[in-house]
Amino acid sequence: MPEPLLQVTGLVKRFSGLTATDNVSLGIEEGELHAVIGPNGAGKTTFIAQIMGELPPDQGAIRFAGEDVTRLPPHLRSARGIARSFQISSIFPDMSACDNVALAVQAHAGHSFRFWRDARTDPLLRAPARAILDSVGLGERADMPAAALSHGEKRLLEIALALATRPRLLLLDEPTAGMGPEDAAQMVRFLSELKGKMTLLLTEHDMDAVFALADRITVLVYGRVVAGGTADEIRASAEVRRAYLGEDDRA
Amino acid sequence: MRRLRVLAPMLLTAMILLGLALVPPIAGLSGENYTIDVFTRIMIFAIAALSLDIILGYGGMVSFGHAAYLGIGAYAVGILAFYHIDNGFLQFAAAILASAAAAAFIGFVSLRTSGVYFIMITLAFAQMIYLLSISLSTFGGSNGLNIDVHSKFLGLLDLGNPTTLYYLVFGVLLLFLFLGHRLVNSRFGMVIRGAKSNPRRMATIGFPLLRYQLAAFIIAGVMCGVAGALLANQELFVAPAIMHWTRSGEIMMMVILGGMGTLIGPVLGAIVFLLLEDVLSGVTEHWQAVMGLFLVLAVLFARGGMLGFLYRLRGGRSGA
Ligand SMILES: Nc1ncnc2c1ncn2[C@@H]1O[C@H](COP(=O)(O)OP(=O)(O)O)[C@@H](O)[C@H]1O
Ligand SMILES: [Mg+2]
Repeated sequence: MPEPLLQVTGLVKRFSGLTATDNVSLGIEEGELHAVIGPNGAGKTTFIAQIMGELPPDQGAIRFAGEDVTRLPPHLRSARGIARSFQISSIFPDMSACDNVALAVQAHAGHSFRFWRDARTDPLLRAPARAILDSVGLGERADMPAAALSHGEKRLLEIALALATRPRLLLLDEPTAGMGPEDAAQMVRFLSELKGKMTLLLTEHDMDAVFALADRITVLVYGRVVAGGTADEIRASAEVRRAYLGEDDRA
Repeated sequence: MRRLRVLAPMLLTAMILLGLALVPPIAGLSGENYTIDVFTRIMIFAIAALSLDIILGYGGMVSFGHAAYLGIGAYAVGILAFYHIDNGFLQFAAAILASAAAAAFIGFVSLRTSGVYFIMITLAFAQMIYLLSISLSTFGGSNGLNIDVHSKFLGLLDLGNPTTLYYLVFGVLLLFLFLGHRLVNSRFGMVIRGAKSNPRRMATIGFPLLRYQLAAFIIAGVMCGVAGALLANQELFVAPAIMHWTRSGEIMMMVILGGMGTLIGPVLGAIVFLLLEDVLSGVTEHWQAVMGLFLVLAVLFARGGMLGFLYRLRGGRSGA
């Protein structure tokens, strides 16, 4: 069998006594939408930060597209096609929405030791940035300062930043975090459109969203994988547990 | 309204530069050089403040040792003159190379840290260079070094003439404002702005930040080194005091006072700071206390510096 696009083996991350990632192994096939679920504090965000290269794992290995990337810094993983979004929107608040996305386009348009041309009127950056803003539905907001966007719009800009790097693997950390039901539903629709265009790994709280979207699901509790399988299998086992044990599937 | 907010900085820039261009003819009417000297010095510090603002205001790098490059540039001229090398091209090339090398080394080490550590390390490096200059007894040690002749530019420029020196400094200021304008709006400029705004995000969207920040740090060091070479020509003297940490603080105050993250802000800041110093020191011996009070008020009540204050007066919103 060929190697999955992302192969995580025996990953461990400790924070002074607390084991936030406890011997996690996980393979994600190209084109799959994989959800990692679990209660608050289960280690989902920590897991994503290690795949992106922001946090060094204490043990274990991460392979991406057949290459060991365990020691690569984030910018080199970005160059290889990994991108992420943040649970708490991490944008450039003092720049316009279009400047935000253009910066992400620029990061993948050769080196930036270019001192002369006005970057804000460079069609090589602006045109792709506007196209991506249109695709996430923020076309009308392109010239607004990012800080002035609504919460839901910031969440979309957050994803636009990641998409602008044209990733093969997109890591989404709770894309619907803090959203009302309407915005969340719109986000789920948007994610279902992304599905199939790239490989997606997302963490979520919202079970309905997960079951609607995911091909496969991994359940994380206290940093450990306690269950994994197709969405149907996990749903069945969750319902079984709820029905017979009276347990909440989130805990 | 939007147009006004775009036009206002340009208008202000034009007014300040026009005013500076007219200083020699107007001051010349009275037949004395004092005013020309004062404004030459102001523009030299405006260049230093502008260079600091590129890394501080645009890049978010709080370098607290910027006067070191002023000193390195000035000593490059002084030391070459000491060995009777008075060719201005050689002297300025030496000032540029020496400040670039120092900034490369200091930046390479300091940029691995951030926050208060970055401030302390840049300060420590500047203090080391300051102490080094004191120990150079060949070049006068703490007494400083007299420079016998001005930089010579193949007989094209006589920097002994205050008006000629004035317009040379003015030309360098114009050039650096123009280059700075291109730089902060270029792709490179967007990267250093992004690194100030959200460095973590910059890394995850694919930027290797360190190399761009280091390049900006070197560019700022070189610009300030040129200011130092000009200062040596104005004073025909260079002493370690030029690199004292309080001097770094003054340059930073000019930037903050005028308006960080704008190009004309530091120029305005240098004008106001040095004129105020000039006036106050003539009025009272406690001028430093009065100055301190003024600076505290400026920081408290004029967010975004004087430029931000002016824009709020006009438009009700900060122009940053
Ligand atoms: N930088 C850190 N230092 C110490 N503890 C941390 C750090 N980041 C996360 N943790 C802890 O690790 C555990 C997992 O956190 P996190 O990955 O954010 O969980 P989740 O995203 O599933 O809610 C939590 O107990 C959290 O408090
Ligand atoms: Mg989380």
